[in-house]
Amino acid sequence: MSVLESKVPAGPLEEKWKNHKNNINLVNPANKRNIDVIVIGTGLAGGSAAATLAELGYNVKTFCYQDSPRRAHSIAAQGGINAAKNYQGDGDSDYRLFYDTIKGGDYRSRESNVYRLAEVSGNIIDQCVAQGVPFAREYGGLLDNRSFGGVLVSRTFYAKGQTGQQLLLGAYSAMNRQINRGKIKSYTRHEMLDLVIVDGKARGIIARDLVSGEIERHSAHAVVIASGGYGNVFYLSTNAMGSNVTASWKVHKKGAFFANPCFTQIHPTCIPVSGDHQSKLTLMSESLRNDGRIWVPKKLEDAKAIQEGRLKPTDLKEEDRDYYLERRYPAFGNLVPRDVASRAAKERCDAGYGVNKTGEAVFLDFSAAFMRYGQEAANTQHLKNPSDEQIRDLGKKVIESKYGNLFQMYEKIVDQNPYETPMMIYPAVHYTMGGIWVDYNLETTIPGCFATGEANFSDHGANRLGASALMQGLADGYFVLPYTIGNYLADDIRTGPIPTDSPEFDEAENAVRSQLEKLCNNKGTKSVDHFHKRLGKIMWNKAGMSRNAEDLKSAVEEIKALREEFWKDVKIPGEVNELNTELEKAARVADFLELGELFAVDALHRNESCGGHFREEYQTDEGEALRDDENFMYVAAWEYTGKPSEAVLHKEDLNYEYIEVKTRSYK
Amino acid sequence: MNLTLKIWRQKNATTKGKLQTYPISDISPDMSFLEMLDVLNEELIDKGEDPVVFDHDCREGICGTCSLQINGEPHGPDRAITTCQLHMRVFKDGDTITIEPFRAAAFPVIKDLMVDRDSFERIQQAGGYVSVNTSGNTQDANSIPVQKDNADNAFDAATCIGCGACVAACKNASAMLFTSAKVSQFALLPQGKVEATRRVLAMVEQMDKEGFGNCTNTGACEIECPKGISLDNIARMNREYLSASME
Amino acid sequence: MGGILNSSIARKVAMALSGLFLVLFLLQHFIINFTSVLSAESFNEISHFMGTNFIVQFLIQPILIFGVILHFVLGIVLEYRNRSARPINYVRFNGSANSSWMSRNMIYTGLVVLAFLGLHFYDFWVPEIVHKYVESHPEDPTRYYHETVAKFESPVRTGLYVLSFILLSLHLYHGFSSSFQSMGWANKYAKGLRGFTVAYAILIPLGFIFIALYHYFNNV
Repeated sequence: MSVLESKVPAGPLEEKWKNHKNNINLVNPANKRNIDVIVIGTGLAGGSAAATLAELGYNVKTFCYQDSPRRAHSIAAQGGINAAKNYQGDGDSDYRLFYDTIKGGDYRSRESNVYRLAEVSGNIIDQCVAQGVPFAREYGGLLDNRSFGGVLVSRTFYAKGQTGQQLLLGAYSAMNRQINRGKIKSYTRHEMLDLVIVDGKARGIIARDLVSGEIERHSAHAVVIASGGYGNVFYLSTNAMGSNVTASWKVHKKGAFFANPCFTQIHPTCIPVSGDHQSKLTLMSESLRNDGRIWVPKKLEDAKAIQEGRLKPTDLKEEDRDYYLERRYPAFGNLVPRDVASRAAKERCDAGYGVNKTGEAVFLDFSAAFMRYGQEAANTQHLKNPSDEQIRDLGKKVIESKYGNLFQMYEKIVDQNPYETPMMIYPAVHYTMGGIWVDYNLETTIPGCFATGEANFSDHGANRLGASALMQGLADGYFVLPYTIGNYLADDIRTGPIPTDSPEFDEAENAVRSQLEKLCNNKGTKSVDHFHKRLGKIMWNKAGMSRNAEDLKSAVEEIKALREEFWKDVKIPGEVNELNTELEKAARVADFLELGELFAVDALHRNESCGGHFREEYQTDEGEALRDDENFMYVAAWEYTGKPSEAVLHKEDLNYEYIEVKTRSYK
Repeated sequence: MNLTLKIWRQKNATTKGKLQTYPISDISPDMSFLEMLDVLNEELIDKGEDPVVFDHDCREGICGTCSLQINGEPHGPDRAITTCQLHMRVFKDGDTITIEPFRAAAFPVIKDLMVDRDSFERIQQAGGYVSVNTSGNTQDANSIPVQKDNADNAFDAATCIGCGACVAACKNASAMLFTSAKVSQFALLPQGKVEATRRVLAMVEQMDKEGFGNCTNTGACEIECPKGISLDNIARMNREYLSASME
Repeated sequence: MGGILNSSIARKVAMALSGLFLVLFLLQHFIINFTSVLSAESFNEISHFMGTNFIVQFLIQPILIFGVILHFVLGIVLEYRNRSARPINYVRFNGSANSSWMSRNMIYTGLVVLAFLGLHFYDFWVPEIVHKYVESHPEDPTRYYHETVAKFESPVRTGLYVLSFILLSLHLYHGFSSSFQSMGWANKYAKGLRGFTVAYAILIPLGFIFIALYHYFNNV
C-alpha cells in the first residue's frame, strides 16, 4: 500500500460527504474553548476558515503578511464564482458542475473531492448573500448569472468585475465579528517562517513580526495553511508582489508532500510586458474573449512592420489577418479554455508574428463587436441608413457599458486607446493548481497540519476553469475544513495548552533565526530582486507555457547554481531585528529557489501533456496536447529528503468511477 | 525622464523624519510610480543605503495597500486610480516630486512612507458585519430579494478598498467616507437592517475614539477616492446615526 | 461638552442646526434692514416693534444669542479636534486640487464674521441695551433710522462692513448647503437645493452690502 492515504469515504459519490459528516468525531462546545487553531493566510480560504472555526468556539489565531486580512490577493479575482444553483433553469446540477470541473482539469483531480465541491457550492452563495455580499441582481431583485469559458450553462455569480473583492470582504466581515468577540486574534504584518512539530503532530509555528523584526513562537493544536499559490516563482505573474510559497514550502520541508508542482495556469489575456522595469502583470478579464477576436498578421513582413511601428494594425486588410484561434478551433473559436488559448498565442509569437516591440503580444480586436452591437443599437433606435461611423460609435457605447473599467485600465497602463486600436495581450502566470498534498479531510501528510484553497493541490487537476478558484477557497474554508478538522481535534480535548518552551520550539526558532542572520550578514553584491528576476527568466523560458525534457534538465541545473549564487552573493541592508523589507523578500526568494527546482523535476518526470502542463514531445500532429492516461493518471506527491531535486515521488492513483475519461477537444 | 524626488525618510515611529532629496534619471514614462521607486531602491541598495520603505502589494489597484501623498495629493495627481496604477507619463521631464506618507494621528508612521492603518481595522471590527453563522443551511440566496438600485448602490459603497486616501486628502483627517461606505452597504441591504442601529452607533463611536477629525463636507475625499465612493454615503450615515441615536 | 455632543456627527448636526437658524435670522435681519432703503418710517416702525416686543426681546433674542455662541463654540471645538487629528502637517498639501477654498477655510471666514459681530454688537446692540435698560431714555419710536444711517458715515466702518459680508458670503457659500449634508439630506433634490443655497449665499450678503453702500453714498 502506498504511504498516501486519501481517506475517501466509501459509498456512492453523492452520499460520501453526507455519510462522512455523519460518522466523523465531533468536539463538544465546552471542549472547543480549550482548543487553539492557527490559520496562515486570510484570503478566501483562510479568512472563511478562521471565521467559521471561531464561530464554532475554537480559539483562532490568524496570520497574514499584509497590514489587514482584507488585503489578501483573493481580493483581485475579477470574474465570478461558480455554483450549481440552477437559478437560470438551464439544466445545471451538482453533477454537471462536477463533470465540467473534472473535464476542465484534464482528468487529473480526485472525483470525491470535486463532487463535494460541487455539492457545497450552492451553500456558499446562500452564506455570502446572508453576510451582505452585494452580488449583481436583476430588476426582479433576484441574483443574476453570467457564463464562463468551457461550460454550457450560466452558473457564475458575480459582483461586476470585483467578485473576489466582495467575497473576501464578506469573509473579512465574518472574521471581524469574531475578532470583536475575542475568538480570533489577528496577527497582521506577521509572516510564518516555520512549522513546529511535536511528537509527530503540527503544534505551532515560528513567525516574524514584520514591524519589529521580532521572532515569535505560537502554539496550537492544529495549523491550517491557507497561504495561496506560488505563481511568483516566475517573478512576473498576476499575483501580488508579496504572494509567496514560504508557508507551504516550510511545511513541505517538515514532511508534507508537495503535489503536482508543475501544474500552473497561464492566463491568455494579460497586458504584455513593457520593459525590464516591469514588476508585475495585469490581468484583463476572460470575459473580454466573448466579444474580442484574437489575431496576428498573416505575413511575417507585416508583423515586422507592426513591431517597428511602421504599420498601424487598423490599416492591415482583413484578408491579411490570421484569426488563428478561429482557424484552429472552429467550434470554440476565441472561447477555448485558458491553457489552449495561451499556447496558441505563444506558438504564433515564437514563429515571429508577435505584434509589439518585443514580439510578445497578439491583438484582441473589438472592431467587429463595435459594428455588430452598433448595428443592433441602430436597429432598435430606428436609425435610417446610418453611416459606418455612426454604427461604430453606437457599438463603442455598448462595449463601454460592458467592459468600460477594463478598457480604462488598459488605457492607463498602455497609454493606447483600445476603442481606436486593438488591444495587445499576452499570456501570464496566474494560478497554480499544484500545492500541498491533502487527503479527503484536507489534512496534509503531517498530522494536524491542514491545507486549504490554492495552497493545497486542489480540485482543479491540471487546469482550472474560470470562476472556480473562489468557489474552492470558500468551500474549503466555510464548509469542509470546519467539519473535518473536528475529527482530528476530537483527540485533543484533554491535551491542554501547548507549551512554547519545548526543545522543538527552541530548535525551530534557532533555525529560523540563523537563516535570517545568515541572509543579513551575507554582505554580497546583488539585490534580492536581481536573483528573483533571473529565477523568473529560467522558469518562464524553460518551464513555462511549453516545456521539453532538455530545457527542464538544464533548468534544474541552472536553478541549483542560481541558488548557490544567491546564498553567496545576495545583499541585504539592515538588520533582522527591525522592519526590513529586503529581508522579507530574501526569505521568500530563498524558498522559491528551492520550489523552482522541484517544479522543474516534476515537469520533467511527467512525460505527457495535460492541462496547463504542455510537453513539446507529447503532442498530436496538429500540435494539441497528448495525455498519457495509461502511465500518468495519478497525483505526483513529492516527499522532501534534503534537496529539492532528490525528492521522492509518491503516486496517488486517480480512479474515475462516475465519469468517462475522454480526450478534450475544442475543434 | 530625469526627476528630483523629495521623499520623507523616518527611521521608525519614535524618531523624527525629514524630506530627503534624491535625483533619479532614465525613468521610462511607461513605468508605474512604484516601479520608479523600485529603481530608486535598487540604486540605494547598490550604494549600501537603506531602501525607501513603502506599502504595496497587488499593484493592480484593488488590495488598497499602497498609499503615498504625491505632490500633496493621495495617490498622486491622476484620478480614480491608486498609486500603483499611476504612471510616470503624467509627470514631465525635470519635475520635482514630493512624496510623503498619509498623515493622520490615527495613521502613525511605521517607517518612511509606511503607515499603520489599524484604526480602520478597529472601526470595521466594531460592527462592520452581519451576525450570521456559517451553517450550510442558511436560507436560500434568492429568498432575500433586493431591489436592483439598492443592490447596485450597496455594491458601489462596498467597493471601498480601505486605502485611507479619504483620510489623507481631508484637511481634518476625517474617516467619515471610509466608515460611511461600510455603514451604507449594510444599510441598503435587508440583511443589514436588523443590526443597523447597533452598527452605526458602534462604528461611529470607534471612529471618534481613534482620533479622526470631523467632516467639513469639503468633498476632497470623494475626489481623491480611487474607487469614487460617493459623499452620499456620508449623508446616509449621518441619517442612520441620527435616527439610531433617537431610538 | 458632555452627553450626546461627544460624538462627531452630533456635533456637526448641532453646528448645522445652529447655522441654519442663523441663516434664517440673517434673512429676517436683511428684510428689516432693506426697509431702510425704501422708507425710513417702515424701518422705524419695525425696529421699534422688534426692540420693544416682549417675545422678541426675552424669548427669541436669548435663543439667537445662544445659537451664535453655540455655533461659535462648537466651531472652535471642532477646529481643535480637526487640528489634533493631524499633528504633523504635510510639507506639501494641494488642497485646491480637490476642494474649494471656502470649504477649507470655514474657521477663518467664521472668525472674521465673529469679529464683525463684535463690532456690530458694539455699534448697535450695546448702545441699544444701554439706551433702553441702563439709561432709561424716554420712548422714541423714530430714532432708529437716524442712528442706523449715522453709522455708515465713516468709510472705514463701511469698508469693514462690506468686507465682512464678503467673507460671510464665502462662509455661507459652503456652510449653508453643507449643513444639509451634515443632517443627512441627500436625495434627488440635493442638486436644486445646492443651487438655492449658493444663490442665497451670494444674494443676501450682496443685499447687505448694497444697503451699506446706499447709506454711505447718501451720507456723502
